[in-house]
Amino acid sequence: MLSQILYALPFLAEGFAVTLWVSLLVVVLSLIAGVLLGVGLVYGPAPLRWAVRIFSDTIRGIPILVLMFFVYYGLPAVGVHLQSFWAAVLALTLFKTAQVVEYVRGAVASIPKGQSEAAMAIGLTFRQRLTSVIFPQAFRRFLPPWINGVTDAVKGSALVSLLGITDLMQAINQVIGRTYEAMPLYILGALIYFAVNYALSYASRRLERRFAFIRD
Amino acid sequence: MASSNDNPALLDIAEVSKSFGSVSVLRSVSLQVAKGEVVTIIGPSGSGKTTLLRCVNFLESYDSGSIRIDGKEVGFRDGGARQRRSERDLAAMRAETGMVFQSFNLFPHLTAAGNIMLGLTKVRGKSKTEARSISEHWLSRVGLAHKADSLPAELSGGQQQRVGIARAVAMEPKILLLDEITSALDPELVGEVLAVVRSLAEDGMTMVMVTHEMAFARDASSRIVFMADGGVSAVGPPKEVLAAETTNERLRAFLARFRASHF
Repeated sequence: MLSQILYALPFLAEGFAVTLWVSLLVVVLSLIAGVLLGVGLVYGPAPLRWAVRIFSDTIRGIPILVLMFFVYYGLPAVGVHLQSFWAAVLALTLFKTAQVVEYVRGAVASIPKGQSEAAMAIGLTFRQRLTSVIFPQAFRRFLPPWINGVTDAVKGSALVSLLGITDLMQAINQVIGRTYEAMPLYILGALIYFAVNYALSYASRRLERRFAFIRD
Repeated sequence: MASSNDNPALLDIAEVSKSFGSVSVLRSVSLQVAKGEVVTIIGPSGSGKTTLLRCVNFLESYDSGSIRIDGKEVGFRDGGARQRRSERDLAAMRAETGMVFQSFNLFPHLTAAGNIMLGLTKVRGKSKTEARSISEHWLSRVGLAHKADSLPAELSGGQQQRVGIARAVAMEPKILLLDEITSALDPELVGEVLAVVRSLAEDGMTMVMVTHEMAFARDASSRIVFMADGGVSAVGPPKEVLAAETTNERLRAFLARFRASHF
């Protein structure tokens, strides 16, 4: 049994690399899109606010699996053909973006109005107010839910196996198909996912402590 | 006062009106403030004092009339059409006035010196070193040289408000706006803040303040403006406006109520 698993390790490592790559892409892309749309939701002109609100509410109301199948199997009907990998990344990114939008909105809205006014009063422009006054304070409130969301993204990336992508989950299933060693392999898989997410939570606690200087 | 030709008002508020929905908060308010004057606005709550002050640096817009500082319209573009200034222009105009807030509004993620340096570096374009030395100068001026590297959360209310004043004056504004700056303070901390304001007044800083500290208003102001129902009801030297025998009914009622509750 052990030798079979050892033999499969390089294959599992490749799957793990795909899992990390998908997670990283989703986390980074959704962070960029989510912050831009989140700021648009708070400060943008009315049409932009409505558009973001509709986007966020719609996406968050759809099961992530439905979204993924829709992008991969549904979009070709309108001429959009994506490779399974990019279809999965797009679907997961859309889903995560909708969440990041809400984290940003909540964090920015929690900063008292007096902060903006004080920043205006010394002559800071809108962009300077955001970068020097609002974001540094909002960041601290944004961080805990966002890190939670990052661990969700790592776990959620296992869904890409359903589009036939060989991530960690799919690799494990394939090795089990060959070896029939379901129990030890699923335990191994669980341990790997857990290790990644535990490391993330640990890093987040360190970060939160570093930004804890602001008393509420 | 000298005629308007050889001594034009530094701040010229002309017939400013504003309403929130159907509620009229400012009714054709006019007020001129000359360089070096300390003008105190008093009046019952809801009389429009704070709104007027917030219109001067365009934290709030107004529906009609004009507000000029050194002849330049604050919130709207020069020329006939009433067109709001661009974000960049507004920021530049706001940098000409300083404001101190009732709730201090210090930036909690920056030290006392950092609070003062922000505008100096971002708006005035000073180097970090220069901004630091200016902020140290003003902190020592308000008696807080030793607190330069403290965060706001580590300071008392009175200390925070003195940093708030230093943050505003370090920008060398043409006018300083003080919005009930002692109202959120414990009584024993009020004195240290007012002492700073008094010393700024002695240095010739032009100030417009809203306050409930009548004794301070009487001693430190060049003129007192009494507002009621969104309009200027009385204006003049402290002795005249605060005189017990005033014939202005509303002012008399206000002062009587004030004396009853504060003395």
